[in-house]
Amino acid sequence: MKKRVYLTYPKEQVKEPLLYQVGKNFAVVTNIRQASVSDKLGLVALELDGEPEEIEKAIQFLVEKGVKVEPIELDIIE
Amino acid sequence: MSYMKALKCRECGKEYPKEALHVCELCFGPLEVAYEYDKIKSVLSREIIEKRAPNMWRYKELLPIEGEPTVGAQVGFTPLIKANNLAKALGVKEIYIKNDAVNYPTLSFKDRVVSVALSRARELGFKIAACASTGNLANSVAANAAACGMESFVFIPSDLEQTKILGTLVYGGTVVGIKGTYDEVNRLCSEIAGKYGWAFVNINIRPYYAEGSKTFGYEIAEQLGWKLPQNIVVPMAGGSLITKIHKAFKELNILGFVNGSSKVFGAQAAGCSPIINAVKEGTELIRPVRPNTIAKSLAIGNPADGYYSAKVMRESGGWGESVTDEEIIDAMKLMAETEGIFAETAGGVTLGSTIKLIESGHISRDESIVVCVTGNGLKTQEALQGKINPPTIINARLQEFDDLVKAGGKEYAVKG
Repeated sequence: MKKRVYLTYPKEQVKEPLLYQVGKNFAVVTNIRQASVSDKLGLVALELDGEPEEIEKAIQFLVEKGVKVEPIELDIIE
Repeated sequence: MSYMKALKCRECGKEYPKEALHVCELCFGPLEVAYEYDKIKSVLSREIIEKRAPNMWRYKELLPIEGEPTVGAQVGFTPLIKANNLAKALGVKEIYIKNDAVNYPTLSFKDRVVSVALSRARELGFKIAACASTGNLANSVAANAAACGMESFVFIPSDLEQTKILGTLVYGGTVVGIKGTYDEVNRLCSEIAGKYGWAFVNINIRPYYAEGSKTFGYEIAEQLGWKLPQNIVVPMAGGSLITKIHKAFKELNILGFVNGSSKVFGAQAAGCSPIINAVKEGTELIRPVRPNTIAKSLAIGNPADGYYSAKVMRESGGWGESVTDEEIIDAMKLMAETEGIFAETAGGVTLGSTIKLIESGHISRDESIVVCVTGNGLKTQEALQGKINPPTIINARLQEFDDLVKAGGKEYAVKG
């Protein structure tokens, strides 16, 4: 399965190679479609491909590192 | 006969078939409906529109459906009121209120977008309508789905106020309250939409749904005698309405129905103003916020169309403004007392912001202004609890009423 998400990195995590760690620790393929990174904030549009449990674990890992993981639709509760 | 050409990515321009798609596979940009304006120009004129029934489908060539509308045939063409009392109170020459507080059937502008979304969803073969909502959208999806015989699922945060839930439950659809933080609810709804293949009006049907907002703009232009106002002030939640009003005005120019442009202004509550912040700071980046305002229908912290809304304000020569909860209530009262219109809190946001934009000189007192009211005050009465003077209670004795009149200090003629 494929899952598309936006990642928002807080300032403290901008320099960390988190997506490298995701690819190394979990059985998912990461595919960056867009990104904007400054010294204050990182934004990444990411596609994750793999088994649902592995994708879930990868997202959990990112959340624990302080990264905001959101659906590509942004806020959908209108 | 349809004049929809394709779905097109707003970022990279890649075209897609007219299906239930909403995100560009390539760059994740949002998809939007593209039309064949040359063909529309050859079949549509101002005179033809004027002869049609007074509802939003009088502009059907500019809406994304293949055949005739099957949902919400009576929606739209709400009053545009020349607000002379309000103009006097604000010291401006010409101000209008576009009043979707009386839109049919659920008293908000959401009936426009939902009618288009469900009409299109049925054309695409969907049997189940769904949405994730905290208010007006929930009401509208539940009501319109019931009226057209679709099954409906409405997802809401579980801690929502009872009054809002009732206005959705009454239509008989399934209402699911989800426990969790706002972010968790948001994420789950996106997963449900991805998994169940229903017509989620504001997710997979969004490109069609959002187009319904254009009719708000067409109507204003037609009701002004095919002219655009010099200034228009629009409330912003996800930011879709403001971009679609701007698109409507541009389309009317392309078709030769109007000539000119409007300065477009956005309004948000100070307790949830990610788009206004970006406009005022001059940045392209919309920083998400955690909403804290009585204007709950505008409380979207990470707006999907924030970037495009900010662009519309910048490019049209407009600006943005935000107002505190207190200013929202003052503006709601002012609109009610001067024009007899009871708008929901979002209307207070829009008028309150308009007042500040006039005072700061961003809107000239000599130019025409349209204030967009998108929902009805009866739906957000709790916001006014304790903020309005209670009625005076007396015993059933004439003397007590006489005393009351005397205490008021104003003289009234009596019949003897």
